Amino acid sequence: MPDDRELLDTRNSDQLLGDRFPGMAATEESVLAISTEHLDGDDVLARKPLGFLFWFALGWVALVFLAAVFANVIHLQSPNFQNYSALNQGPSAAHWLGTDDLGRDLLARLVFGSRVSLIVGFAAVAIGLVVGGTAGLISGYKGGRLDIALNAGSFIILAFPAIVAVIAIVTFWGASLLHITIILGIGTIPLMFRVVRASSLSFAQRDFVVAAKTMGATDTRVVLREILPNVIPVMVTFSLITVAGVIVIEGTLAFLGLSVNLPTPSWGNLINEGTSNGALSTDPYIMMWPALAMFMLLWSINLIGDRLRQRFDIREGVL
Amino acid sequence: MAKYLLRRFLQLIVVTFVISVLTFLLVHLLPGDPTEQLLGANDTAANRAILLKQLGLNLPIWHQYLIWLNAAFHGNLGTSYLDHESVAHIIITGFPVDLELIIISQVIAFAVAIPLALVTSRKPNRPLDNISTTGTFGLLALPPFVVAPILVAVFAVGLGWFPATGYTPFTQSPATNIHEMILPSVAITAGSIAVYYRLLRSDLISTLQQDFITMARSKGLSTRRIMWRHAFRPSSFSLLAAAGINIGALIAGTFVVELLFVLPGIGYALVQAVEQRDYLVVQGIALVVAVAYVILQFVVDFVFTIVDPRVVRE
Repeated sequence: MPDDRELLDTRNSDQLLGDRFPGMAATEESVLAISTEHLDGDDVLARKPLGFLFWFALGWVALVFLAAVFANVIHLQSPNFQNYSALNQGPSAAHWLGTDDLGRDLLARLVFGSRVSLIVGFAAVAIGLVVGGTAGLISGYKGGRLDIALNAGSFIILAFPAIVAVIAIVTFWGASLLHITIILGIGTIPLMFRVVRASSLSFAQRDFVVAAKTMGATDTRVVLREILPNVIPVMVTFSLITVAGVIVIEGTLAFLGLSVNLPTPSWGNLINEGTSNGALSTDPYIMMWPALAMFMLLWSINLIGDRLRQRFDIREGVL
Repeated sequence: MAKYLLRRFLQLIVVTFVISVLTFLLVHLLPGDPTEQLLGANDTAANRAILLKQLGLNLPIWHQYLIWLNAAFHGNLGTSYLDHESVAHIIITGFPVDLELIIISQVIAFAVAIPLALVTSRKPNRPLDNISTTGTFGLLALPPFVVAPILVAVFAVGLGWFPATGYTPFTQSPATNIHEMILPSVAITAGSIAVYYRLLRSDLISTLQQDFITMARSKGLSTRRIMWRHAFRPSSFSLLAAAGINIGALIAGTFVVELLFVLPGIGYALVQAVEQRDYLVVQGIALVVAVAYVILQFVVDFVFTIVDPRVVRE
C-alpha cells in the first residue's frame, strides 16, 4: 500500500467526497463504520503487480462465496442438526471445527452463516449502486436544480447515525433478510450517489465529452459511452469498501440479536452465541471461527478494494 | 463565515425536522389497532371511540405529530410500558456510560495513532512504516462485535486481568469503574486507531514536503519541534473532523460492548426495549441519539471554522 506517489497528493479524498472540508469528506465511509480510507491514487507511472496478498484475499472471498453457494451440495451436516452425543467438542475428524453446546457442527453453521453476510452485503450495495449510481451519473452530468436537490437529500440521509436508524426501522418493520437488505440498500444509495456524482461531474467538462457533444451525441450516449466507462473504476472500488461496511452493520445487528431470526445462522449471531451463557469459558471455538472468518472476509474485501484503487489509478482531476 | 454557519445551521434544522418526522412515523407504521391492544378484542365500538379520543388518535396525523413534538421539546418522550419509567430518565441514566466509553476509547486511539503517525511519516516506506500501515489496515477489519469477544476470552476469561461483566458508577468507585471500562473501551478503539493513523500519516507526509518545513529545518530547529509545532498542527484539524464523523461508528460499537459487558448504557436499554417491543423507548432513544449526533456534527463544524478559517472559503 505505501507508495511514494502518495506523497504527491493526499487531499484527493476530500475533493472527491466533499464540498465540506478537509477530512470531513470521508463522511460516507465513516457512516458505515469503515474508515477514512483515502481514495488517493498511488501509482501513476509504475504499475505495481497486485501482489501475493491480493490473490490471497481474492482467494478467500472466492472460497467463502463458493462454500456459501454450494453449501447444500458439498457434504456438510445440517447446520441445525443437534447431536447430543457430541457437545462442545473441539476440532476433530468428524467435526472439523468442533461442535457447539447443542452438538451442532460448527463448520456447517459457519458455511451456512456466511450466506447472510454475503447476501446482505452484496445485494444492499447492488441496490445502492443501481439507484444511487444512476442518479449520481445523471446528476453530475446534468447539474442544475436536480443536482442541488439530490445533493441536499443525500446529506440529510447521511446525517443519520446508521446503526440507530437501522435498529429503529427493523424493530418496527420486522427483521428478515429481505427487510435488512432493503434498509441497508437504501442506506447505501446516498453514498454511491455522492461518489459517482463527484466522479461524473469531473468528467462532464472534459474535452472528450465536449467533443462527443459537439459531434451531436445524445445525452444518453454521452453518459453511457463517454462518462460511465470512466466512472466504473471508482464505482467498483468504492462499492467494495461499502460492502465491507454493510457486512459490519449486519454483523452488529446480528450480534445484538436484531438481524435474521434464529435458528438461521449468521456470523454475527454465531459470535453472539459463542459469547452468551458462559460459552467463552466452556467452548471458545464457537465464537472464534466466525470471528476469524469475519475478520478475514472484511480484511480481504478492504484489501482488494485498496489494491484495485491503486491499480485503476483513481486520482485524475476528479477525485 | 456567518453565511457558512447560517447555511450549516439551516441544514441542521432541516435534518432535525426530518429525523423527528421519521421517528414519529415509525410508531404509526405498526400494524394493529392500539385500542384493541389496550381494551381487548371484545370491547364495544363506542368505548373504542372514546379511548381513541382520549389518546388523541382521532386527530389528523400532522396534529398528532405537533402534539408529540411539543411534548418531546418539553422532555416528555413517553414512558416505558414495562416498568413505567420515563424514556427521558432511561436516556439520562444511560448516557454517562456511553460518554465514558467513547471518551476512553478516543483517548486511547489518539494516544496510539498520533505518536505512531509522527514517527512513521518521517520515513515513509521504511519497514516500520510498512508494518504500521499494514497493521492498521488490519484494524479496519476488526469491528467491535468481532474483537470484543476475543478480548473477553483472552483478558477476562483466560488471564483474568479484567472483569468480564459488571458496572460500578464512577462516582461510587473511580478505580473499579475504570478497571471495568478498559476492556469495553479498547474493544471499540480498533477502527478509530486505523482511521486516525492513516489520515494523519498521509497528511503529515504531504505537509513535510512543504517549503516551510525545509525552512524550519534549515533554521536548525529540532526534529521534535518541527514535527509537533510545524507539521502536526495543520493536520490536527482534519483529525478533529474525522473524530467528529467517527462518533457514528462509535455509537454502534458502544451498543455492542454494552450488551456483551452488561453495561447499563443507552445501547443496552435500546436492545432490551427492542426485544420487549417497548416501542416508545425505541422511538425516544432513536430520536435523541440521532438529534444529538446531528448537533454534534454541527458543533464540530463550528469549532472547525474557528480553528481553520479556510473551510469557509471552499
